[in-house]
Amino acid sequence: MTSTVDAAPYTVEEVCERFDPVMGLEVHVELNTATKMFCGCRNEFGAEPNTNVCPVCLGLPGSLPRVNGRAVEGAVKIGLALNCQVRERSGFARKNYFYPDMPKNFQISQYDDPIVFDGYLDVPLDDGTTWRVEIERAHMEEDTGKSLHMGGATGRIHGASYSLLDYNRAGVPLIEIVTKPILGAGTRAPEIARAYVSALRDVVQGLGVSDVRMDQGSMRCDANVSLMPKGTTEFGTRTETKNVNSLRSVERAVRYEMGRHAGVLLSGGTITQETRHFDEQSGTTSAGRPKETFADYRFFPEPDLVPIEPSAAWVEELRAGLPERPWERRARIQTDWGLSDEELRDLVNAGALDLVADTVEAGAPAESARSWWVSYLTQQANTAGVELAELAITPTDVARVIALVAEGTLTNKLARQVVDGVLAGEGTPDEVVAGRGLAVVSDDSALTAAVDEALAAQPAVAEKIRAGKTKAAGAIVGAVMKATRGQADAARVQSLVLERVAAGA
Amino acid sequence: MSDITRSDVAHLARLARLAVTDDELDVFSGQLDAILDTVGRVSEIPDDVPPTSHVAPLTNVLRPDEPAPSLPREAALAGAPEAEEGRFRVPRILGESQ
Repeated sequence: MTSTVDAAPYTVEEVCERFDPVMGLEVHVELNTATKMFCGCRNEFGAEPNTNVCPVCLGLPGSLPRVNGRAVEGAVKIGLALNCQVRERSGFARKNYFYPDMPKNFQISQYDDPIVFDGYLDVPLDDGTTWRVEIERAHMEEDTGKSLHMGGATGRIHGASYSLLDYNRAGVPLIEIVTKPILGAGTRAPEIARAYVSALRDVVQGLGVSDVRMDQGSMRCDANVSLMPKGTTEFGTRTETKNVNSLRSVERAVRYEMGRHAGVLLSGGTITQETRHFDEQSGTTSAGRPKETFADYRFFPEPDLVPIEPSAAWVEELRAGLPERPWERRARIQTDWGLSDEELRDLVNAGALDLVADTVEAGAPAESARSWWVSYLTQQANTAGVELAELAITPTDVARVIALVAEGTLTNKLARQVVDGVLAGEGTPDEVVAGRGLAVVSDDSALTAAVDEALAAQPAVAEKIRAGKTKAAGAIVGAVMKATRGQADAARVQSLVLERVAAGA
Repeated sequence: MSDITRSDVAHLARLARLAVTDDELDVFSGQLDAILDTVGRVSEIPDDVPPTSHVAPLTNVLRPDEPAPSLPREAALAGAPEAEEGRFRVPRILGESQ
């Protein structure tokens, strides 16, 4: 088997002088439903091992699966967002294989009638153009349990002496999204693979049906790569690289496999159809197992589950409720708010775009909303060492603070104290204003008394103002602000000082 | 006539993790042949008849997404030949994964 010997990888440019790459990407997305696909066990990440298991997901004899309606909805939403057709009648099938990550010895999946099919995603690339990736299908299935391989040096399956199984993840709703072969990408294949997974992640995140955390495994990518000699149209033998757990890894894995295939082929070898394991550290892949042929899975209709027939009315209702695509939203926001490319990029990089947009939707002017999130709140997030979105303040809270400033109840300085109060868990902005007694002193009689007092305390200054040196009023304003502990509107105090002097105080 | 060979039977036995003796390969290949021939009569049905996968005329049997109690871990692990650190312990797995 020549393919197990790693020939020196070629660069993608060198590869594409001789070959055209063909890619197929399979992305698994775990839905964030409350419960599993076929039973009422909780779907949660990080629970104690084997605490979210029951007879159904443990495959105990006599147990029967029941389909989670919310998961079907999630699958249809993903399909619609990918411009897919929704199948009028769709069924479940058993995929048989012998491996302890599924205690039933089969996985309930879908075979030849996936819930959605034939779609596309227009993927934005870094240079501003888009690349259309055709979607073959997306189907519903259940996730598998997690294995810990014990006794080996690296936790890998090779060299392990036994394995430990946690079935909390077994049965979690999983949507597998499969592209049609991606042709003609040439040297941009690695970039397009990454951009596709990134765009898909953004779309699914926008739908709110999955956490799409690649680091936690709620989104996983398998990258199929093959090469065909330039000028030919018959696909070469492909390899399927698994365990590609970040956007960067998607790009690196495709690049590495292109180079490796070219190395094998150019040295006269042949590619073995197999799964390969991507190693994040070295950026290389290593041989997994020879791929079972499709027939070996012995698919047959799941006798315990009846077909799904989504009604046209329900599908249209879901279609009407689809959110704007994330990049379309960004483009619209940029126009609406009159942002430069740089300002938009800063907002996106700071993780502030959605927060600002939500603040604007809650009634705040775009400029104030942007300013709060990118300056004061970003500082607070940095100080606390958390992401902006993790701060204990909502866009609605920020919009309320902005409104309080606009109506004169708060000065900017007081507003920051109110925000501090909200961040400290003291309640809503209004509760913090009441609790800390932070409202601007707008009671004119109270302010007038304070002004009169300050004028009386500094007769020399009062005399200067009377003589027309209005700049001297600053000293009186300062005294009043001090007396009111900063809770007065300085401009209002300034005009009151002049009024009182004119009135003979 | 179907054409189930001894090596087909050996392959299926491996997938199903069944130990099959040399004599049984002959017995089963003959029997599977007969079974497939019988089942193969289904293909005599005209193409415009949609396949039936279920006899019950039901569709869209769905469950609300509401948590139900899971098993206590001790109960879940009680039937396992071996358990360790709250997990099912299984012999080493080589050569295959999902």
